Amino acid sequence: MENRPLEYDYTVAKMFMLTTIVLGIVGMTIGVFIAFELAFPGLNTIFGHTIAEYTAFGRLRPLHTDSVAFGFTVSGIFATWYYVGQRVLKVSMAESKFLMFIGKLQFWLYVLGVAAAVVSLFMGYTSSKEYAEFEWPVDIAIVVVWVLWGVSIFGLIGIRREKSLYISIWYYIATFLGVGMLYLFNNMEIPTMLATSPIGETNIGDWFHSISMYAGTNDALVQWWYGHNAVAFVFTVPIIAMIYYFLPKESGQAIYSYKLSLLSFWGLMFVYLWAGGHHLLYSTVPDWVQTMGSIFSIVLILPSWGSAINMLLTMKGEWQQVAASPLIKFMVLASTFYMFSTLEGPIQAIKSVNAIAHFTNWIVGHVHDGTLGWVGFMIIASLFHMAPRVFKRELYSKGLMAAQFWIQTLGIVLYFTSMWIAGITQGMMWRAHDEFGNLAYSFMDTVNVLHPYYALRGVGGLLYLTGFLMFAYNIYKTMSSRPVEESELQNASPMGA
Amino acid sequence: MNFYEYAPYAYFFLIIFLVVGSYSYIYHLYTKRKDSSGIDYEHYSNMALKDDIDDTPVKPMSDEKEK
Repeated sequence: MENRPLEYDYTVAKMFMLTTIVLGIVGMTIGVFIAFELAFPGLNTIFGHTIAEYTAFGRLRPLHTDSVAFGFTVSGIFATWYYVGQRVLKVSMAESKFLMFIGKLQFWLYVLGVAAAVVSLFMGYTSSKEYAEFEWPVDIAIVVVWVLWGVSIFGLIGIRREKSLYISIWYYIATFLGVGMLYLFNNMEIPTMLATSPIGETNIGDWFHSISMYAGTNDALVQWWYGHNAVAFVFTVPIIAMIYYFLPKESGQAIYSYKLSLLSFWGLMFVYLWAGGHHLLYSTVPDWVQTMGSIFSIVLILPSWGSAINMLLTMKGEWQQVAASPLIKFMVLASTFYMFSTLEGPIQAIKSVNAIAHFTNWIVGHVHDGTLGWVGFMIIASLFHMAPRVFKRELYSKGLMAAQFWIQTLGIVLYFTSMWIAGITQGMMWRAHDEFGNLAYSFMDTVNVLHPYYALRGVGGLLYLTGFLMFAYNIYKTMSSRPVEESELQNASPMGA
Repeated sequence: MNFYEYAPYAYFFLIIFLVVGSYSYIYHLYTKRKDSSGIDYEHYSNMALKDDIDDTPVKPMSDEKEK
C-alpha cells in the first residue's frame, strides 16, 4: 500500500459532477416548462387548479434561476475546482485526510442546502429578493458551505508543491471572495420573529421569515450590486477559471499570452464591481450612480475581450482541432459567446439603448446567450474533459457529442434571436404614442404580438435541454466504456465513435 | 467641502489612478517579461500543460522537497 504511487484523488470532484448534471436537468426542465407557460398560459394549470400554486410561473421561476445558477453552475464550479485545483497545485487530496473530510462535508451540506432551498421555494417561502430568495436558515447553510469551500481552497494552496498560483486559481479565489462578500451584504436581514410592530405585536410571521435590513432605493441598490456581481462572480469569473485550464489542456496549446491573462484578471476585478448600477437606469437611484454604471459597463468590454481573445488566439495555428474535436468546438463557441454577450451587455447599459431594452425580453435573451452559450457550454466541456480522467475510460461517443453540440447551438440561436425580436418589439410598442401623447398600444397588444416568439423561445430551450440529456447519457455511458491508459490522457480526450 | 463637492474630484482621480496603474502594469509586464524570481511569465502556462503529479513544478515550493 505504501509503495503505491501518489495519484490525484477525484472523489469529491465526481460527487459534484453528479450534482452538476442532476441539478442541470432539474433547472433546465423547469426553465423549458415555464418558457412554454409564457407562450401557452393554460400550462399554468395543466395539473389542475388545486395544485396550480405549485405549477404557476411565479412559483417556478425562482426555482429555475436558482437551480441553474446555484445548482448547476455552482456544482460545476466546485467539481472543476476539486479537479483543477489539485492538478495545477500538484498536490493530491489523498495527501490530506482533513481536506478530504472538508470536501465531503461540503458536498453533503451542499446537498442538504439545495434540498432545503428547493422545498422552501416550492412551498412559496421567499424573501422576495431576486436570486437571493432564500430565507435566513437556508442562507446560513449556504454560508457554511461556502466557508468550507474556502477552507478547501486555501488548505490545498497551503500544502501545494507548485509555488506559483496558475491563473485559474486566481479566478477561483476571486469567485470565493467575491460571492462571499456579495452574499453576506445583500442578505443582511432581520428575522421577523425578533421584530416588534409599532402597535406592540411581537413574534410576527413564521420563525424562518425575515426582511431585508435595507429599505426602498437602498435595498434596490444593494440588491443590484449583488445581482449584477452574481453574474460576475458566478457566471463569469469561475467560468474563465475553467477555460484557462481546460482549453489549453485539451488542445495541448499554451495560453496565447499569460501576461494578458494577468492583465485581464486585474482589469475585470477593478471594473466589474462598479457596473451594477446599469440595472437601475431610469429608477430612483442617484443619477451619477446610473451614469457610473453605464460607463463602467462599457469599460468592462476591455478586460472581458482580453480574456476571450486570449482564448481564441490560444487556438492559433491549431484551428483544425476545432473541426476535428467536438470538445474543442464547445470551448471555442463558449468563448465566442462570451465575447458576444460581453459586447451585448454594455450596449444594453447605454442609457439611450436601455430606454428601449429595460424590462423587455431582450434582457432575458442577453442573459441566456451568456448562460447557455458561455456558462453551459464551458461547464459541459469541462465535464467532458474530466470524465475520461476521473473514470479512466474513454468518452462513450464522439458522434453523440457532435450531435449534442449542434442541437444545443441551434437551441441557443433560436432562444436569443426570438428574444431580440420580442424585446425590441416590446420596447418600441410600449413607447409608441400618437401626436397627443396617448399610448398607441395596450399591454395586451404587445402580448398578442409576442406569442410566436415566446413559442420559439420555448422550442430553443427544449433543444438545449435535449442536448443536455444527451450529455448526461454520454457521461453515464462513459463510466462503463473502454478503459484507457494514462498515456492517452495527456491532451485531447480519448473518445469512442 | 461636503461629500457632493469632493466626490467628483475623488472619482476623477480614481479613474486617473486606475488608468495610470493599469498602463504601468502593462509596461512592466511587457518590458520585464520575467517576474522577480526570473521566470518568464509565459512559462507559467506549463502549470496547466504539465500537471501530472510527478511533473516538475514551474516554480517548486522548495528545492529539497523536489529531490
